[in-house]
Amino acid sequence: MRATVLVRPKTGILDPQGQAVGSSLRQLGFAVGEARVGRLIDLEVDETDPASARAAVERMCEQLLANPLIESFEIELAGEPA
Amino acid sequence: MTEPRPRVAVVVFPGSQDDRDAAWALSAVGAEPVMVWHAESELPSRIGAVVLPGGFSYGDYLRCGAIARFAPAMQAVAGFAADGGPVLGICNGFQILCEAGLLPGILRPNESLSFVCRDVAVEVGTAATPFTSRCAPGQRLTIPVKHGEGCYFAPPELLAELESAGRVVLRYAPGENPNGSVADIAGVANAAGNVMGLMPHPEHAVDPLLGSGDGALVLASLVDAAGDRLYAAR
Repeated sequence: MRATVLVRPKTGILDPQGQAVGSSLRQLGFAVGEARVGRLIDLEVDETDPASARAAVERMCEQLLANPLIESFEIELAGEPA
Repeated sequence: MTEPRPRVAVVVFPGSQDDRDAAWALSAVGAEPVMVWHAESELPSRIGAVVLPGGFSYGDYLRCGAIARFAPAMQAVAGFAADGGPVLGICNGFQILCEAGLLPGILRPNESLSFVCRDVAVEVGTAATPFTSRCAPGQRLTIPVKHGEGCYFAPPELLAELESAGRVVLRYAPGENPNGSVADIAGVANAAGNVMGLMPHPEHAVDPLLGSGDGALVLASLVDAAGDRLYAAR
């Protein structure tokens, strides 16, 4: 089963990368306010049951993919409504 | 009779870069450095302290230090730390200790998004640690930094705890913060006080000929502690 993990800097955490992206976009003439930069991880999970797949990916996020001090995560499973 | 030089382990990860400088510097301040490959699941015998050196372990993939903490040698280092053994993480070593949960907080990309490489002045917050025993509280040390991700972050509650417990061992001097670290933190210790990480590189400052000898104070303190652990309790 395919899963996608979105890792974002938590609200309130300074994101200099996002700030640089935002100011570059404004220099290009785009009307954008705040920009935040996160990370996307596509996974092939060895599970067929969506509930166990989600539980497994949650454990992966907690143990490795995200650092809970500064990052939040969201999990999307293929075939499930987002 | 004089004791033999205390043995200090330097853990080498794929991508470590300052391991040999650390070994050279430790040797210069009286230790016998022992290189330990990351795949070793045990530390060698008669080790009095451990150094995790700077560099870019595992290419800094995902987050700096996030992969290195799974190295077999890190299990041994965690065991050594739990037993009270002194462990010093320098730069990437600091990042690894944070990701491994042996130190609080995390190191993020520099606020400037630029790599910084220059001498900085840091102030000793407490001399009551195995890493600063040769310093005076408040003493100013000049030690170089060279990193892209050295912006120390701890949420407010944790920061208050670190401050009140005197666990901020080194702080960038006023106006010297090179990376945007919260509360100008350059180095922190764990609650027990036997594990410390710092972004500046003491191993690059052990000879005044190279700009500063102040880093030798940090490493010599560690070597004293290694000697105490190996020989004093006999």
